[in-house]
Amino acid sequence: MTGSGTGPETAAPAGTERAAGTGPATGTEPVARTTGKGAGRGRALPSPALPPLAGAAGAVLLCVSVALAVTVGPADIRVADAWTVVASHLGGEPSGLSAIREGIVWDLRLPRTLLAAVCGAGLAVCGAVMQSLLRNPLADPFVLGVSSGASTGAVAVVVLGAGGGLVSVTGGAFLGALCSFALVLLLSHSLGGSTDRVVLAGVAAMQLFSALTSFVVMTAADAETTRGVLFWLLGSLSGASWTDVAVCAAVLAGALLVCGGHARTLDAFAFGEDAAAALGVSVARTRLVLLTVTALLTAVLVSSAGAIGFVGLVLPHAVRALAGPGHARLLPLSALAGAVFLVWADTLARTVLDPQEVPVGVVTSLVGVPAFVLVLYRTRSGR
Amino acid sequence: MTGTPPPLTDDAGTGLRADRVSRTAGGALVLDGVTLAPRPGTVTGLLGPNGSGKSTLLRVLAGVLTPDTGVVTLGGDPLGTVPRRALARRVAVVEQHADTQVDLTVADAVRLGRVPHRRAWSPGTAADEEAVRSALARTGLTDRAHRTCGTLSGGQRQRVQIARALAQEPRLLLLDEPTNHLDIQHQIDLLDLVGGLRLTCVVALHDLNLAAMHCDHLVVLRAGRVVAAGPPRDVLTARLVADVYGVRATVTHPDPDGRPHIRFLGTTSTHH
Repeated sequence: MTGSGTGPETAAPAGTERAAGTGPATGTEPVARTTGKGAGRGRALPSPALPPLAGAAGAVLLCVSVALAVTVGPADIRVADAWTVVASHLGGEPSGLSAIREGIVWDLRLPRTLLAAVCGAGLAVCGAVMQSLLRNPLADPFVLGVSSGASTGAVAVVVLGAGGGLVSVTGGAFLGALCSFALVLLLSHSLGGSTDRVVLAGVAAMQLFSALTSFVVMTAADAETTRGVLFWLLGSLSGASWTDVAVCAAVLAGALLVCGGHARTLDAFAFGEDAAAALGVSVARTRLVLLTVTALLTAVLVSSAGAIGFVGLVLPHAVRALAGPGHARLLPLSALAGAVFLVWADTLARTVLDPQEVPVGVVTSLVGVPAFVLVLYRTRSGR
Repeated sequence: MTGTPPPLTDDAGTGLRADRVSRTAGGALVLDGVTLAPRPGTVTGLLGPNGSGKSTLLRVLAGVLTPDTGVVTLGGDPLGTVPRRALARRVAVVEQHADTQVDLTVADAVRLGRVPHRRAWSPGTAADEEAVRSALARTGLTDRAHRTCGTLSGGQRQRVQIARALAQEPRLLLLDEPTNHLDIQHQIDLLDLVGGLRLTCVVALHDLNLAAMHCDHLVVLRAGRVVAAGPPRDVLTARLVADVYGVRATVTHPDPDGRPHIRFLGTTSTHH
């Protein structure tokens, strides 16, 4: 990691997407370490990193990232232009830009960038919650089969015309995700309900729905549809609309509230479910509530942006390594890190092969796979 | 010895009490009418071979398992009516082998003991930090507060679990074979620590001599039934060791306080 520790504000303007992704946490690391050591000798207990500062720095970084990302692209738009457009839409004076440029900012880049932020935040939070709840470092938002179910639903609508035109692709994906999640819950419950059963049931559902998707695509789709489906399967924010942003942001806000309220409960799962129960946690209820909330959030995100992998798997690990395992800090910081990461990943995805677009899932995975290997390596050497 | 054992001193006021508790697992009776009422401020040792129901009894006492018949009461209230969090503020559990993949520091792990004391969204209070600090001090872990749990020895990790349990500020501590995987020095160390806590403790143990040394009361289980209960010198007899464990032994009482010492001679089986 870059570890200059001079603060995220100075890092941000120069930031590539990678520096931006690790920025907020990198900034807090040296401070956290020093605090821990200094406190050990005196009366004060070692207390974890600095949540308000890290959180504030992350929020600033996110705003800067969004503002910068809006200006990146073939049409030359400056931060000031974007700002006047936003101001005019919020009831201020007319921006004075041409209709086309104003459209590029308000109808294309801004919703797309915001959806990237919301999706990144949501996926990272889901991943953090899943990993703790299921006590599995490789759990991610898709471990409950949600993404593969969504894919099957979307493919059923696009290729087979299911729903007779009444159901949109988004709607089909959402229904598919719910079906898959219901199957996983049912399976894991009948298998005994322990966390490893949930993971196994999720893997089973994932395989089943992936096979169904492939089967439908191979047998019924023409080349053009296949390409469209593939793009969606790998994740893409190109269709972002303000409706998507509003729906996803609302669900994200709700999920953050629920998960945040369970932060200490999640901490209590560190030594397993019996230990959590002995600490006064009602394990079965907590698991059902949090699985349902994260599955719903994932379903909504996947319906809007496709199955964007690796954000949920890798970012919580990175944040945990830098800010400690306490969920009161982990959840908000994961959300911020995920948001910043995906904003830059998507910016890269839409510009790197301009005018061609790379599915954002490809970008996140190209960055994510090396990080994933690092996580595996860490878990191995830690055993 | 096979008759109903006399219940230990009852403490209906504040204590935990199991009354004719039975529990089946997979069709087999794991606990069969067990009555137990640990005396306040004493250490009660649970003895018995593997599979005799010690762990299950502790889990029932902790409210993690519910009994099929019989009732466990806390201060006279059935456990089922005590809210989980309220229960966790009065009864703490130390497991046989607590393991985590999370990179927790010792202080983080001990702070988990404050979970039942804190509401969602509320920041930690001075009382929380004081409880954690005192728990670390009582277990001699203050200097290791910011070490990662993974870097500690087995004995220290068990101390962390006890510190976490103390941070819950319970009246009662349940320990399930806490000395497993420890060398003899750390076994004695740990049980000395437990004995010095002046809490009501129920501890499942394998080693009869350690139990004789450290427990005020012993309860011996066989196949889910209590076959003996009382002070160590009354309970630990050559006959009981032969009956329950199938091991020939001589029992002497070298200590002035009458704590027995068991010397094992071999199994009672006729095959060699």
